[in-house]
Amino acid sequence: MARATSTDVIRPVEPDDLAAPDAASGRLAPGGLLTAERGELRATPGFYRRSWRRFRRNQVAMAALVIFGLVALFVLVAPLISRWTGFGPYDNHLANKLAPPLTKGYMLGSDGNGRDILTRLAYGGRVSLMIAFLATISTLVLGGSIGLISGFFGGWVDTVLMRLVDVLLSIPGLPLLILIATLYNPGPAGLALVLAAVGWPGIARIIRGEVLSLRGREYIEAARVSGAAPARIVVRHLLPNVAPLIVVFASLAIPGLILAEASLSFLGIGVQVPTPSWGNMLGEAQRYFRTNTSNVIIPGAIIYVTSLTLYLIGSGLRDAFDPRLGD
Amino acid sequence: MTAYIIRRSLLMIPLLLGVTFLSFAIINLIPGSPVMRLRDNPKIKPEMAQMLEKELGLDKPWPIRYVGWLGDLLHGNLGSSMYNGVSVADRILAVLPNTLLLSLSALTLALVCAVPLGIYAAVRHRSWFDHVATVGAVAMYAMPTFWLAMLLVILFSLRFKEWGLPSLPVGGMTDPRGDGGLADRFVHLILPCVSLALIQIGSWSAYIRSSMLETLQQDYVRTARAKGLGQKTVLYVHTLRNAFLPLVTLVGLSLPDLFAGAVIIESIFAWNGIGRLTIEAVNRRDYTLIMGTTLMFAVLTLVANLIADVMYAILDPRIRLE
Repeated sequence: MARATSTDVIRPVEPDDLAAPDAASGRLAPGGLLTAERGELRATPGFYRRSWRRFRRNQVAMAALVIFGLVALFVLVAPLISRWTGFGPYDNHLANKLAPPLTKGYMLGSDGNGRDILTRLAYGGRVSLMIAFLATISTLVLGGSIGLISGFFGGWVDTVLMRLVDVLLSIPGLPLLILIATLYNPGPAGLALVLAAVGWPGIARIIRGEVLSLRGREYIEAARVSGAAPARIVVRHLLPNVAPLIVVFASLAIPGLILAEASLSFLGIGVQVPTPSWGNMLGEAQRYFRTNTSNVIIPGAIIYVTSLTLYLIGSGLRDAFDPRLGD
Repeated sequence: MTAYIIRRSLLMIPLLLGVTFLSFAIINLIPGSPVMRLRDNPKIKPEMAQMLEKELGLDKPWPIRYVGWLGDLLHGNLGSSMYNGVSVADRILAVLPNTLLLSLSALTLALVCAVPLGIYAAVRHRSWFDHVATVGAVAMYAMPTFWLAMLLVILFSLRFKEWGLPSLPVGGMTDPRGDGGLADRFVHLILPCVSLALIQIGSWSAYIRSSMLETLQQDYVRTARAKGLGQKTVLYVHTLRNAFLPLVTLVGLSLPDLFAGAVIIESIFAWNGIGRLTIEAVNRRDYTLIMGTTLMFAVLTLVANLIADVMYAILDPRIRLE
């Protein structure tokens, strides 16, 4: 972080701060402290840089990042895969339906309409991942701003918003999603917004709690005394301090949203066929699970790998952001 | 304690009001109504559709209908289905025991497995067992319920049958050719219950493990050890009860997840429960039935939270009830 924010004002000195220049390699150089005493002090690395350093040392999280990167790459090059397999994602070949993997030119087999599973997996991943990320961003914007407003302004605003949160949290999410998604029948982007509309109370409550505890701090007091407007205090002083919390929440929410979209599409409520999504591919395969087991295993496996790696990246970030866990 | 429970229950009323108002609004703000679909049907005269709309009360604005619905609810009347006129309460009561059987047996199974797993992993901290349990917990946490359920069906129903091993039924609640007796029901319950429980076992055992590890470091545990008590006494008398406190809240808060998970499991295993009823209701735009099932889900969630709070108060004498 180029400019010091209030996050950086007071914090304990960590070994990294005093390490020799090769600390970038992740190891503390022998005699690092001595180097520093000799007056070769470097610029103090910011909060995010130090967190990234901690993250990189987490082998599980790094492995998850690489595997998720491969999944993302697979999805990004969907048109190339389509050209390579020779199938478009919507090409029906009814004569060749339900072909097992590696037969009739289908690498991973074909579905009930004779569409190529591999090609649809790549295109379906675009839809599934797009919905999950869009839903995450919308959840954060909605839940984050409501939490910030609720915590910062307090009073009746807080009371009204938090009662709304209580109400929303007393209906289990999935039945509510089923209700809204069926009645309003949204497209993929709309589905992301529906997921956010149901999912925001969790993050709103967390952010509110954090803001309540930050509100009484001296630097907020100082900003107010020096005449900063509420909007400026929220954006410049509160937001940077709750940002790590938001990032961690987001990365842990994405796998949940991937699974939510897949569940809805699996039930035939989310993304509608012929548009592929991992969930509706699995839902369709359910009809043929007695004969075509691989049609069930393949889309489920990629959903699982994606949600698992995203979850591991998320917990890696949480550990990296928590300085109490140390270096 | 009774006063506490009553006071705590009264707090549920405004929440239920909010839930019903919100769901009524969501359902009725969409353009179109159950009758609108009939209007597209050339065989049905517009006058007929209008009459039906009036009969179902759909000609009035929705806030007025909401007040009417609420009035009926106070008299214990959930109305009748807009699709076939059957009493909503009857339909829900017919399937509610099935959902409760499924989720509560999954809850029991999950606890029976997760508690010993968590305790053992904590006691053998950093052993290979602990590592396997931790990895397993993470692996289960990210698992899609529906995929897991289908894999279990493929293995235990299809493959086991092929291999000539005793296999489990693919779905349904009883064998149509069987006698529908207790054994038959039990066999049909196994796969849905295990699929639902497996998802919870991971996170619950991880939670018990960390709660145990934290409690084991408390001063009173060290005191108990120092005065020469055996490992068993220290563990079961001094540690467990305290380590269980947060678990009570966690289980109470996970119950809604369990009901939600049951929706998917019910659909995969053709289990005739409230989740399938919900899907049927929304697909038919059966407004009164949708309100009934939503209310039911909310009541189940709030009662689960209430039970968690009451249990917590019973287990932890430090909680003041005033």
